Amino acid sequence: MLSAESLKRIDREIAKFPAEQKQSAVIAALAIAQDEKGWLATETMDFVAQYLGMAPIAVYEVASFYNMYDLAPVGRHKLTVCTNLPCALSGGVDAAEHLKQCLGVGFNETTADGRVTLKQGECMGACGDAPVLLVNNKRMCGSMSNDKLDKLLAELK
Amino acid sequence: MLDYGPDAILMKGLDGSNWRLKDYEARGGYDALKKILRENIAPEAVIAEVKKSGLRGRGGAGFPAGLKWSFMPKQYAGAKYLVCNTDEGEPGTFKDRDIIRYNPHMLIEGMLIGAYATGAGVGYNYIHGEIWAEYELFERALDEAHAAGYLGKNILGTDFSFELHAFHGYGAYVCGEETGLLESVEGKKGQPRFKPPFPASYGLYGKPTTINNTETFAAVPWIINHGGDAFLALGRPNNGGTKIFSVSGHVNRPGNYEVRLGTPFAKLLEMAGGMRGGKRIKAVIPGGSSAPVIPGEIMMQTDLDFDCVAKAGSMLGSGAVIVMDETTCMVRALERLSYFYFEESCGQCTPCREGTGWMYRVVHRIEHGKGRQEDLDLLSNVADNIAGRTICALGDAAAGPVKSFVKHFREEFQYHIDHKRCMVNVPGGYFTVSNPSAGRAA
Repeated sequence: MLSAESLKRIDREIAKFPAEQKQSAVIAALAIAQDEKGWLATETMDFVAQYLGMAPIAVYEVASFYNMYDLAPVGRHKLTVCTNLPCALSGGVDAAEHLKQCLGVGFNETTADGRVTLKQGECMGACGDAPVLLVNNKRMCGSMSNDKLDKLLAELK
Repeated sequence: MLDYGPDAILMKGLDGSNWRLKDYEARGGYDALKKILRENIAPEAVIAEVKKSGLRGRGGAGFPAGLKWSFMPKQYAGAKYLVCNTDEGEPGTFKDRDIIRYNPHMLIEGMLIGAYATGAGVGYNYIHGEIWAEYELFERALDEAHAAGYLGKNILGTDFSFELHAFHGYGAYVCGEETGLLESVEGKKGQPRFKPPFPASYGLYGKPTTINNTETFAAVPWIINHGGDAFLALGRPNNGGTKIFSVSGHVNRPGNYEVRLGTPFAKLLEMAGGMRGGKRIKAVIPGGSSAPVIPGEIMMQTDLDFDCVAKAGSMLGSGAVIVMDETTCMVRALERLSYFYFEESCGQCTPCREGTGWMYRVVHRIEHGKGRQEDLDLLSNVADNIAGRTICALGDAAAGPVKSFVKHFREEFQYHIDHKRCMVNVPGGYFTVSNPSAGRAA
């Protein structure tokens, strides 16, 4: 269900915890599963549950609680823009508006070609670099002027 | 070279790339740990030194770190844990990210000393979900420390052993609350636990656990190297040491500045380049979004330590200073903060789950010209019925901004209700917090 590479990464996480506490690795395991699959389908979560010896419902609870998991398909790239107050004071809302215009979508929507999903984010802990956005949960981009946003969009195929 | 200001002791001599073990050792890194192990200093003596330093928790609550360490049971036979809270998601706060990406070994050494003092055998550093590159870098630092014999079994040939792992969160503000964080490490929803029992008696996996903020641990090596008295002398009585302040908002140079506790806010503002565009300062949130807002003129007279900021009517919190100038619509600013708490409430306690949404909807309708005369009293009532009635501090954190914004800027809220538009703005113009000039021109 998950690739050998993903399972290796999950095993590495499991090893961080006491033998009887495999469940501690569920947050990482779901993140790794999402990296591979793009989003978390029920069967993916069920596999993680089985792999960690957890009840499926306990895995669904975690997946629906933490906001970086996607429980429905998203575009090839997910852009999460912080619009919280410190960012908003330095152009965070403007950056989000610029992206909406360029992409022709609102928050929680995906472009028709399936290229980009736009999300509104909460504090990423990088307010000094505002406007800030996150690409695919992993890559943080700061000081995002409209020029830089345009360049980023051109780069995302 | 990264410049955190002339008073910097923790973030001194960093250039963004000299984070590696050899660089840290060249700066005197791991000397404090070596001193403790070489001189066989008793754990109680380490705790006494930290107590003497006046080091207070840097994550927001300001609890004395040495005292917290002393709560760990000494004679406990089973596993004990040490946890670092790098789940930095309090809006306005971005200092711990700099510690783990620019000086990660300082944190590792601080945690090693904490483990030695509290008798913990295993530790976790819980890192904010949104900062992946920093998580990866911290893991590399852990590998370096392992390879050099600073982590693992029989550290530096002694009988002291400590394992430290990095844990990557996945997006939940409430996990910054210590017991929510512990639940998260256990692989559950990050819903905070009722206290007592406190983590020192019932923590991770039900075992005695000490949990401190990143910056708190990071200050410990300096304290051991230079003495608690020296650290205390950098700040003020009951407010020892330096503190990293994250300055955001309407300033010319947003960023982190490490200054002595007790430094006047006006001086910090100057370090951050002063007000953007030379505008007048209107309001400051001095300790992260959960701290009550203070009018600019009061803040300009306030010194930055736990006690002075409390006296001014707010809290030092995490040291996240959000600066707003005269073009800021306070209704709109509060609307955004209220949305944040509504979004991040974990849903466990009814007053917070229902109240945060209620407050957001009321502020939202005031901002959008649909406010009712009774709304200001209603907001105050809802806030009062959340504060103090929830398991964790998120409820208080959500109520605080509402109460303080309405208290200090009531006339703006009233104007919105009476005139269906913003008093900051020119008539008929659209106002955005983020781009005041566009709003004014409209």
